[in-house]
Amino acid sequence: MSMLDRKLLRDLVRLWAQAMALALVMACGVATILIAVGASRSLEETRSAFYERYRFATVFSGAQRAPLHLKDRIAVIRGVSAVELRIVRPVLLDIEGMAEPATGIAVSVPDFTDATVNRLYIRKGRLPEAGREDEIAVVETFATAHKFEPGDRFKAVMNGHKRELTIVGIVLSPEYIYAIGPGDMVPDNKRFGVFFMSQKALAGLFDMEDAFNDVVVTTRRNADLRYVIEQLDTILKPYGGTGAHERKDQISHAFLDSELTQLDAMARIIPPIFLFVSAFLVNMILSRLVALEREQIGLLKAVGYSDMAIGWHYAKLVIAISMAGLIIGAIAGTWAGAGLTRIYAEFYSFPFLIFRSDPDLYILAGGVTVLAALAGATRSIWSILNLPPAVAMRPPAPTRYRSLLGESHGQHLLSQMSVMAIRHLVRWPLRSAFTILGTSMSVALLVTALFTLDSVDEMIDTIYFKADRQDATLTFTDERSPRALQAAANLTGILRAEPYRAATVELRNGHYSRRMSVFGIPPGADLSRVLDLDQNPVTPPPSGLMLTERAAKLLHLKTGDKVTVEFLEKDHRVSELTVTGVVQSYVGLNAYMSMEALDRAMPEGPRISGVRVEIDHNALGQVYDEIKETPEIASIALQGMSRKNFRDTIAENINVMTSVYVILAVIITIGVIYNSARIQLSERARELASLRVLGFTRMEVSGVLLTELGIIVVLAQPLGWLLGYSFAWGVAKGFETDLFRVPLVVTDRTFAIASLVVLAAAGISALIVRRRIDHFDLVAVLKTRE
Amino acid sequence: MIPLRYVGRMDKVAASTSEPIFRIDGLTKIYHSGEVEVRALNGVTLELYESEMTVLLGPSGSGKSTFLNIVGGLDQASGGTVFFRDLELTKLSERQLTRYRRDHVGFVFQFYNLIPSLTAWENVALVTEVARKPMKPEDALEVVGLRDRMTHFPAQMSGGEQQRVAIARAIAKQPEVLLCDEPTGALDSKTGILVLEALTRINDELGTTTAIITHNASIQRIAHRVFSFIDGKISATHVNTERLKPHEVSW
Repeated sequence: MSMLDRKLLRDLVRLWAQAMALALVMACGVATILIAVGASRSLEETRSAFYERYRFATVFSGAQRAPLHLKDRIAVIRGVSAVELRIVRPVLLDIEGMAEPATGIAVSVPDFTDATVNRLYIRKGRLPEAGREDEIAVVETFATAHKFEPGDRFKAVMNGHKRELTIVGIVLSPEYIYAIGPGDMVPDNKRFGVFFMSQKALAGLFDMEDAFNDVVVTTRRNADLRYVIEQLDTILKPYGGTGAHERKDQISHAFLDSELTQLDAMARIIPPIFLFVSAFLVNMILSRLVALEREQIGLLKAVGYSDMAIGWHYAKLVIAISMAGLIIGAIAGTWAGAGLTRIYAEFYSFPFLIFRSDPDLYILAGGVTVLAALAGATRSIWSILNLPPAVAMRPPAPTRYRSLLGESHGQHLLSQMSVMAIRHLVRWPLRSAFTILGTSMSVALLVTALFTLDSVDEMIDTIYFKADRQDATLTFTDERSPRALQAAANLTGILRAEPYRAATVELRNGHYSRRMSVFGIPPGADLSRVLDLDQNPVTPPPSGLMLTERAAKLLHLKTGDKVTVEFLEKDHRVSELTVTGVVQSYVGLNAYMSMEALDRAMPEGPRISGVRVEIDHNALGQVYDEIKETPEIASIALQGMSRKNFRDTIAENINVMTSVYVILAVIITIGVIYNSARIQLSERARELASLRVLGFTRMEVSGVLLTELGIIVVLAQPLGWLLGYSFAWGVAKGFETDLFRVPLVVTDRTFAIASLVVLAAAGISALIVRRRIDHFDLVAVLKTRE
Repeated sequence: MIPLRYVGRMDKVAASTSEPIFRIDGLTKIYHSGEVEVRALNGVTLELYESEMTVLLGPSGSGKSTFLNIVGGLDQASGGTVFFRDLELTKLSERQLTRYRRDHVGFVFQFYNLIPSLTAWENVALVTEVARKPMKPEDALEVVGLRDRMTHFPAQMSGGEQQRVAIARAIAKQPEVLLCDEPTGALDSKTGILVLEALTRINDELGTTTAIITHNASIQRIAHRVFSFIDGKISATHVNTERLKPHEVSW
């Protein structure tokens, strides 16, 4: 090993604490890249493998009741490779040990042949036998939530009849990777389940002999999906086709897409913070090292080492630290990335898991980190190259300090000690600014992590306490006459009941178009309310329709514009309606009309799709029992349970995330503050030791250093809040999908927690350095020649 | 003692008969240190002779260090010419100066300038690694009488020992010229004499042309030739007909 390399090794050993603080910051950058990109790739890969192996459909459509013989017509549509006609029906489930009714979806599987589209992965047992009305296969998530095994039974209300069903198999479907029940924000596997039954049996139970109400289609590669959709719509139109759509409008697929979007948003925001901070730390540490080793550099030049050799020597130091960061980050990132992917596999229902850890990702993460570090080192290395040896051998000219504004000689508002601290800060304005910026990154990171909970609380408050305040939403099997409202209101324990009507529509404005649900709101609706952008309840006017903010944005519509509305169910009539307002919604794409206007627009006159009810909480059990016995009710959405489940799921995620982010923020803070303090100490050791010699106490002398750090940390807070707010804005934007919109809400509590964590971490770093001041060897320090 | 294989490389006799190795003519140097402009050298003309020991004497700030830095290729002149044999140093690029330093010059500084993270042996090896025909580091340390301190770090040695390591480092590449900037400046007289003895022995036995900067007038008696600097100019030149041994000098 060459002597310079030995020096390198010993320098590293000597600087280990600073080097480690820096390496950890780099490790965070590497790890976050690996986690975010790795998990995103793994999720995407797993999903597409599952789709491919189990022939997930590319085009989907529903119908009221269509004859099976249409299959031939659908199969010959150009681009279609396989067709499966199914019966899909909502059912109420009555499960032993569960007071509240659960909602299920019954899906038919073909008899005597394998499905050609949306095949099932059989985890346990087998598929139901042809024609058996009591045999079902349930999705794994539901089975796991209830600890069901093949052989177990539960009851379901199917077409008005309660039947006992026996589980014969536990399966996974590419269609229900993310299975979410009606009215829920996150999956509740206990209250929502999907099960599969023989086509013949299901047809018999729902009077659907020789008919279907759902079609799934796979298409050839390069097929023109728009054409397939058009043809499918034409074929199904006479049979109440609800309009065909692509995968991107399929719920499970869309949720996975939004998860991928979120991971990408994370990959774009978090790693750059670490890269920036590590570049800055490299710059800070290296420029100090170069200052300290000025004479050594001079000597190396004097004895004939070339500028390149010396520059390379210092670059190697940076590379060595980067390598340490890279290794730590790679290990941590691989471990955490695999962990995150496993969590996904549990949250989403996959039969297998492909964890992608491609070498290119490591090369990318490593390359980016080393580049950031070298970018940070450039200035110092440049100064090494340009340092003339004769100048290097002389001690540097004394640092020039400046008087600050408003200082008059002899009289200071501040103590001499504070003046020393402030002048030192002002002397290196760029470095001070970057130290403040680096520290503020920790604050920003925490704000970015913590604000999610604020936003979710805001969503919960808006959705459950301002907009949909009902206790439950009961959906009928088919649209009913308005008299059904009275029947629902008369159930025991129901305090109030409000009807609603829902229809699937396609809205068009020029070449912009979007499928969504339009809801009919009865006059004086009080349980479920539409909120304007300021969250005040509004009543849809007697004509026209109101759009949620995102829907309006996607369709490029504003209040007063005309929009074409095609009612996809029934007779596909097309109306031209005026947008009468833009309203608030965090979930889904929706439109609202007055009930009367919707009834006018739809073919069969006044109808209701379901009822929203307020329940007497003392009579909950009774209400549940009654609902379970009411054949007309196809599904029930329980707001309270849904809210609790939402809050719990998010809180659990956020708790994990918060602890991770606190660790990351602490690493950044310590990286920045500890290094900054060590460097100040090294620069000012003589000065501070001289103060000690002059008779100042340890407290007073540490005060100079701590004042300076204090100013930096305090100034970093508001900047961190500001940065954090803008990162949060970026995250909220990045998370925005058709399914979800995260409101940007950051509470004072979040700002306070972020600041407290950073202040604590900064305090600890400062105390570690302070101990060094306390243990100054005064004589030795004064002897050291700067 | 100097290992025999290195002795007698140049068996020069009388100083005055040897050739000039450096020819310096009208050398000037202007510095900008902080906000101040300093005229460090103001037209210095002199010659240094092969195998001689020269002392450059003068108070601090008289320009002697600047002179040595330019002659050693550490610094660029503002005006005038410096020839090392046929090589015009004042015309060389930074890269060529590096080459010149590496091949021909050994330096000794007042504050030793050892790399604190390298041992005595490693500090010497640092130079022998890049030299054309170096001594073994342990032999160079032998010359300065520190063979038994090879594994010590600078912090574990006295000032005199550190300076002798620095001398070993300077001579290890067998340079033609040894330039010493206040080599005894940071040392007490007893230790300083040990250092001067090492330098004299190297000059006598290896024939290395040696220039020593000092502000200590008593040291001039050990040299062949003495130049006195004042305010960036040569104020006096003196040839010692009779040289003293370092231990005969006192300060």
